[in-house]
Amino acid sequence: MKPAPFDYLRAGTVQEAQAALAAEGEGARVIAGGQSLVAMLNMRLARPTLLVDVMHVAGGAEIRVERGQLVVPFAVRQAALLNRRDLLSEVPLLAAALPWVGHVQTRARGTVCGSVAHADPSAEIALALVALDGRVHLRGRGARRLPAAEFFTGMMQTAARPDEMIEAVSFPLSQEGTGHAFNEVGIRHGDFAIVSVAAIATGDRLRLAIGGVNDTPLVRDWSSLDERQVDDALNDLAWSLDARNDLHATARYRRDLVRRLGRKTIKEARQCAA
Amino acid sequence: MAFDTKTADVEERIEDGALLSGSAQFIDDLPFAVGTLHAAILRAPHAHASIVSIDSSRARALPGVAAVIDGTALAKVSEPLMVGVKIPIKCWPMAVDRARYVGEPVVVVLAEDRYVAEDALDLIEVNYTPLPPVIDPEAALDMNAYVLHEELENNLGSERTFRYGDPESAREAAPRCIAVKVRYPRNSCTPMETYGVLAEYDPHGTGYDIQANFQGPFSIHPVIARALKVPGSKLRLRTPPNSGGSFGVKQGVFPYIVLMAACARIAARPVKWIEDRLEHLTASVSATNRVVELQAAVEPDGRVTALFWDQIEDVGAYLRAPEPATLYRMHGNLCGAYDIANLSVRNRIVMTNKTPTGLNRGFGGPQIYYALERLMQRIAQELELDPLDVIRRNLISSFPYRTASGTTYDSGDYVRAFDVALNDGRYGELLSRRDLARAAGRIYGIGLTAAVEPSVSNMGYLSTALTPAQRAKSGPKNGAHAAATISLDPVGSVTVQIDSVPQGQGHQTVAAKLVSGVLGLRSKDVRVVAEFDTAKDAWSIAAGNYSSRFAASTLSAVQLAADRLRHRLARIAAGQLNGRPEDIVFAGGRVHLNGNPEASISFARIASASHWAPGTLPDDMDPVVRETAIWSPEELAAPTGEDGINSSLCHSFIFDFCGVEIDAVSGQVRVDRYVTMHDCGRVLHAGMVEGQIRGAFAQAIGASLFEEFAYGPDGAFLAGTFADYPVPTVLEIPTLDILHIETPSPLTLTGAKGVGEGNCMSTPVCVANAVADALAPKCGAVDLVLPLTPARIAEFLDAEPAAPEGYQPAAPTTGKGLTGRGRAKVSASPQAIWDLLMDPEQLAAIIPGAHGVTQPSEDRFSADVTLGVGPVKGRYKIDVALSELDPPSSALLTGRAAGALGMGEGTGHVSLTVLPDGGTEIAYEYEARVGGKVASVGGRLLDGAARIVIGQFFTALGRRAGGQRSLFARLFVWIGDGK
Repeated sequence: MKPAPFDYLRAGTVQEAQAALAAEGEGARVIAGGQSLVAMLNMRLARPTLLVDVMHVAGGAEIRVERGQLVVPFAVRQAALLNRRDLLSEVPLLAAALPWVGHVQTRARGTVCGSVAHADPSAEIALALVALDGRVHLRGRGARRLPAAEFFTGMMQTAARPDEMIEAVSFPLSQEGTGHAFNEVGIRHGDFAIVSVAAIATGDRLRLAIGGVNDTPLVRDWSSLDERQVDDALNDLAWSLDARNDLHATARYRRDLVRRLGRKTIKEARQCAA
Repeated sequence: MAFDTKTADVEERIEDGALLSGSAQFIDDLPFAVGTLHAAILRAPHAHASIVSIDSSRARALPGVAAVIDGTALAKVSEPLMVGVKIPIKCWPMAVDRARYVGEPVVVVLAEDRYVAEDALDLIEVNYTPLPPVIDPEAALDMNAYVLHEELENNLGSERTFRYGDPESAREAAPRCIAVKVRYPRNSCTPMETYGVLAEYDPHGTGYDIQANFQGPFSIHPVIARALKVPGSKLRLRTPPNSGGSFGVKQGVFPYIVLMAACARIAARPVKWIEDRLEHLTASVSATNRVVELQAAVEPDGRVTALFWDQIEDVGAYLRAPEPATLYRMHGNLCGAYDIANLSVRNRIVMTNKTPTGLNRGFGGPQIYYALERLMQRIAQELELDPLDVIRRNLISSFPYRTASGTTYDSGDYVRAFDVALNDGRYGELLSRRDLARAAGRIYGIGLTAAVEPSVSNMGYLSTALTPAQRAKSGPKNGAHAAATISLDPVGSVTVQIDSVPQGQGHQTVAAKLVSGVLGLRSKDVRVVAEFDTAKDAWSIAAGNYSSRFAASTLSAVQLAADRLRHRLARIAAGQLNGRPEDIVFAGGRVHLNGNPEASISFARIASASHWAPGTLPDDMDPVVRETAIWSPEELAAPTGEDGINSSLCHSFIFDFCGVEIDAVSGQVRVDRYVTMHDCGRVLHAGMVEGQIRGAFAQAIGASLFEEFAYGPDGAFLAGTFADYPVPTVLEIPTLDILHIETPSPLTLTGAKGVGEGNCMSTPVCVANAVADALAPKCGAVDLVLPLTPARIAEFLDAEPAAPEGYQPAAPTTGKGLTGRGRAKVSASPQAIWDLLMDPEQLAAIIPGAHGVTQPSEDRFSADVTLGVGPVKGRYKIDVALSELDPPSSALLTGRAAGALGMGEGTGHVSLTVLPDGGTEIAYEYEARVGGKVASVGGRLLDGAARIVIGQFFTALGRRAGGQRSLFARLFVWIGDGK
């Protein structure tokens, strides 16, 4: 369990990091907190030729509020975001989802943008970003901002080009009268989600986002969904997903969780909104 | 009396300063010789395959690589490992010609450092021919099953039947026969520190010098020596000062001792190998999985008059020493805590394409009690009795007690322990909690378990696996020595050497406490050395850290040595104090005559007298500088001619009960309350006893709810990381109420019995019984398979609501491997697409990551490709054969891929249908299996990865086909697979 040889660059600026990515091409990979990447390196599942470390770039860890968005740059650790004093009022869904991201130890190292870049189908941060219509700020030769739903293109696959790094992700600030809830079932607390559910309720409108089942977070909206319709709606949703069997859960169990955990989460979100 | 740590005798452990400050030295911390090479092991990705050829030329050419050693080279300097039962199979520590389990060593690379060694592994090409995998233990016994070992006619390693009392008559006389069939899964107690070996070979006479975090039993030492073809005296085996947990598992380092020692000899350089976690989970050692059919002849009141065991023990690919010990360790305890005089047993050992098994905490107990205690609950359910009454009516009530199969239970008071547990553990309250929960519509149940925990194994029990005739031929085997040495140095300080090879338990603390008590010293004045050295220590085959032998056995030897030393020192002191030896008192670091503490001499003066002034010793006395005691319990006799076996010396008692609730949303099992009553004889150190119980309980919760060494139907190993082998963390381990009574063992000098394995035996079945009770109101009697994962429990909850009308599954459900299907519309004719598919140059452009495609024959393609998902990429050789060609409409593709990350194989059916607009619909369906490293560490993502890689191919195909017509139009639309 030793990595294959690679070069390492400690970038001093975003420009330096981006230029290194552009020069190296496909073999380059940004390393931030390393909580997924280092394990993959050690198992030789990933064999980048160059690692570009962005954790020492000035300003990379400063969270800011900008035009109704909470902007989280590339070097912000998950623990730092979770510990932000106003997070519960700013982005309550993140405050609910972040405690489910790994463990205290991994959150102390892992970054928010790193999780987004990794694009694990079970990732809570990715789910929250998609559920909230957040954006991914990419820096290549130019800069572009992609809606989260367009950024995640498949399991561990994103729309980022090889010469691009994530400069920040942004989450819209919560609006008055909107209720949020998040629930998850994993084998142990902190494990990869078998199913995770985020619900956002605003008036009659309801949004549900499901993680851990399809290759990317799935979002479903209803303009209204009364109590009698919930079970059927969730059953339709459960069967429409591509639930599969794996070592820890059956497809049927994943559908069960979409139905039962979905119902519980919708109820909690509506209570928060009321 | 509830066991309360606040008032209990909790003493600081000598070991903890170094452990807690990070200064403790483990195998990987030890200095090693100049010139030491670092080993890395290439392991089989297949469950079962012939090794056709190994090309290591590129690895050998890598700078820094010193040697590349395969099974053929190994076989030139060593012999196969001895097999415990008399069968002619060859157990090598590295595959020779054939690999029989995923993770089996195939090649060892020795290099300047581990990084280079692992780089070299990537350059070795092994050509395998896969053989049919044999995974299920029952299927392995099928007449048509492929045979793992060519020396045998089938996969049966051993079969024995036993009969004690008159079970058939008891069954005939009984009004009811009640049976269960259970499958116990594979799991392990996963020590924090993995295996490690430092090996040197001196060709000039001293032979092998090995340091390894081996834990014993040292009956393995002669097995290692014989495999390395040296007398035992030329195999020095030492253990490091600390070992990071073992729980039996580090017995399994011994094949690697043989392997690395042989490599050191071949390379003529010292070798160091540290196992990594993937290697450990995949291929270190596992507890056995077992299929048990257990039947009881039962009276109407629940009294059991006979038991009929039919056990199929799956030891994995090789019957590796000391197996089949897992099956026979409990042979004297097959009726558990119950007074049952008639017993019938059929034991079959089967070999399958899985990692070989070995010692693991509880060793044979979890498998036995899972069957026996599930049966006791089933008896209560079927006879509509209170399960408490069924247990109580069958409990053994007088001691010592001789079990049907010949073991003597040394002491106990099971009925009192049972009653005290129910009372002090507040069983009545638990019943009310269940009533309240059920009345509120919650899913709540109570489980019970009674178990006998054996300790201090009879080294002869394994020979019960042989027939009396075979035993007569090979000579009797029995006993369980313990050895301890106490030394006095020239300033009279005391050093104790013990034979128990602790792996974190705190043996030094307890041994120091005992010796200091006998000699009137403070604990901290006594140094206890636990590093083991076969070249210097007193030891026997029974030495080591297993069968909970320390408190009962090693400490008896320490007691014996301390008493003898005290007696001899008392004679020296009596001479100097002008008194009688029997009147000498040792206290406060001084020695005096009883009744005259004023006239005292320091302990150090008496203890150092033999060094400085042997002339002052009594005339008939040898100098007192060292006392070695070998303690040998005579009760541990060899098996009798009737197969009676006193398999263990001491027998502790456990009675557990618990309440669990099943979450109606998630199906997760939450242990609400757990009470465990122990009678482990005399408690020598309350804090450590509590630690042992809590540790075993934590691991048993893992076995109950989380952990399994899972294999795919093709033998792929699926639990290679702690994400897929989920050991419970502090958040998942429920609180535990511990109760004690004490009935000291009359057979040990300390009165103590084993305590460290009990909850590994009792807790999994106690939790399962509680879950079964929780499900009973809705489902009746249920069969449960561990671990009790929420997905398994969910099957018992509500029936699934039907799929909406028009539902079509995204993938065909063949139930085998990874499956998927997809469709694409392309604006090209079927013929154009067909032509692309049949053209290697075109394919080279279409196949993602292809580095060139060749066409060895009309209907075969080969390619070297880089495949992967996101950052996870690996280089593979792929071979694709085309068949059932129906140009330009359909074809069957059969493919195989192999690379450093693993291998896969699969079949795909492609059909091309012309569309009204002149375009084509490409439709495909595939079924694939993946093995090797990617399957072990990435199971959760494999399905998706297969879909992506296969999808990439058809995307590229469509793009290329369509691209010939119109470069700029949006050419195809994905319909399948959630796209």
